[in-house]
Amino acid sequence: MTTAQPLIQARGLVKRFDGFTAVDAIDVAVRAGEAFGFLGPNGAGKSSTMRMIGCVSPPSGGELRILGMDPVRDGPAIRARLGVCPQLDTLDPELTVRENLITYARYFGIPRRVARLRAAELLDFVQLSERADSKVEPLSGGMKRRLTIARALVNEPEIVLLDEPTTGLDPQARHLVWERLFQLKQQGVTLVLTTHYMDEAEQLCDRLVVMDGGRIVAEGSPRVLIEQHSTREVVELRFAGESQEPFASKLDQLGERVEVLPDRVLLYVPDGDAAVAEVTALGLHPINVLVRRSGLEDVFLHLTGRTLID
Amino acid sequence: MTQLAAKRARPGPTRAPALAVLQYHLVGYRRTWRGGVLSSFLLPTLTVLGFGVGVGAFIDQGVDGVSYLEWIVGGLLASTALQVAIAESTWPVYSSLQWTKIYFAQYAAPLRVTDIMAGQLAFVLFRVLTSAAAFLLVTGVLGALRSPWAVLALPVAALLGLAVAAPTFAYAATASSDSWLALLFRFAVIPMTLFAGVFFPVESLPVGLRWLAYLTPLWHAVDLSRAATLGAAPIWSVTGHLLYLAAWAAGGWLLAHRALRRRLVV
Repeated sequence: MTTAQPLIQARGLVKRFDGFTAVDAIDVAVRAGEAFGFLGPNGAGKSSTMRMIGCVSPPSGGELRILGMDPVRDGPAIRARLGVCPQLDTLDPELTVRENLITYARYFGIPRRVARLRAAELLDFVQLSERADSKVEPLSGGMKRRLTIARALVNEPEIVLLDEPTTGLDPQARHLVWERLFQLKQQGVTLVLTTHYMDEAEQLCDRLVVMDGGRIVAEGSPRVLIEQHSTREVVELRFAGESQEPFASKLDQLGERVEVLPDRVLLYVPDGDAAVAEVTALGLHPINVLVRRSGLEDVFLHLTGRTLID
Repeated sequence: MTQLAAKRARPGPTRAPALAVLQYHLVGYRRTWRGGVLSSFLLPTLTVLGFGVGVGAFIDQGVDGVSYLEWIVGGLLASTALQVAIAESTWPVYSSLQWTKIYFAQYAAPLRVTDIMAGQLAFVLFRVLTSAAAFLLVTGVLGALRSPWAVLALPVAALLGLAVAAPTFAYAATASSDSWLALLFRFAVIPMTLFAGVFFPVESLPVGLRWLAYLTPLWHAVDLSRAATLGAAPIWSVTGHLLYLAAWAAGGWLLAHRALRRRLVV
């Protein structure tokens, strides 16, 4: 946690594909030891950004420095110090769990003897020791993900890049991955992750940027973002009937903001229970009422007018 | 993982990155080689028996003054090398980009495009050389080799392997669907095997087709390989053959590098 130069520094970073701008002049600085998140819906430009940081995709414009080096010129030297967990697993299904780790360690010039020890330790860390000698193919999605994370750690990286680390996993598998990532963070490893799960971002990230359409629309810690862009509480109201719209228009006077979704109305208020009482006083009788705290989902909805997962 | 930090081996770009890639392919091969070994001994035995002894029985006068079996064995060796080289640089390459995406994983490590390609082609050469060696061993035991110069057929097989594997790598890396790979066998491998001088002298083809045969890399390797197993001079100059094959290898290498780069660096 030094105030020294950021490990990753992007200024006006752009990525274009055949006239389509995936990343549109973003500024990002990731400091040593923090867990930094890119939050946004599919197509927001998160993965393109990650691939540029991973030095496998040359920027189309702007400036990018990773560990003080130029990703285009010093690609292999930077990649030697990164760990990458891609969105889709790229394991060899024909090799065993252990062989996947050892062969990968060799790409980093790690001697076979050391690679073997490290593989054993990493398998222990991701709770796959018992499957060390089974092939990768029959493993569950969660196990493959954990193996991919173990593989990303084989070179003891200074920065670990995780592109949607828990997408497609069941809740139990997700929690195990989160636990391990949290442990890594405790050990001082810098984590950079993309996600379209709010709870993931809130759980793991010290700081994050919200991306939409290739741009950064907000930046800060989850708590600060919620304070800045949302109210303390949210009342979710569901009314009987085809459309929520007529009910919503009667709620305009309540709270700071009203969002209408196809199946419910969100009422942004400082005090949820008081607001519910006011709704009832207006003579409205929703079939379902839920009072909850504001989250990043609400921040995103406020900033972009859209929900994260359609 | 505090224990890990103690043993820190200072990871960095490897000194021999392509070798690490070759090692990876060998680890995979260790699981499947048994099935392959049987066929690499059985196949030459059957071909020698079938074509050499079976077909040869109908060819009383032999070819160029030697028995048909002795004449055909050098060409069969070269065509075996061709088939192994192409088989090992089609589906494995396609799959590493499209299915398992292993190349993407390798490129995320401190490897360069060249290292990934060189490691894969080194493995192809390993497969070509071991298959050719098995072929030589079997045909030697069966008494089909006329000269100790036959060992020179091994480097010829390796050069042919590279000459066809490198452009095939480029083709497989560019293919948009795996049905393109099967087309390569139908329209390149099979016609080459049939008409590039393996089973009968190219000179018996009509002049136009003869030149097509001369253009194939296979014919050049067949001529060299046959010269080695017969202990006779080749039809063309040795240098000419070697340069022609080297040109295919070099051109293929450049194409493959460009094709792989386009897939990995986007």
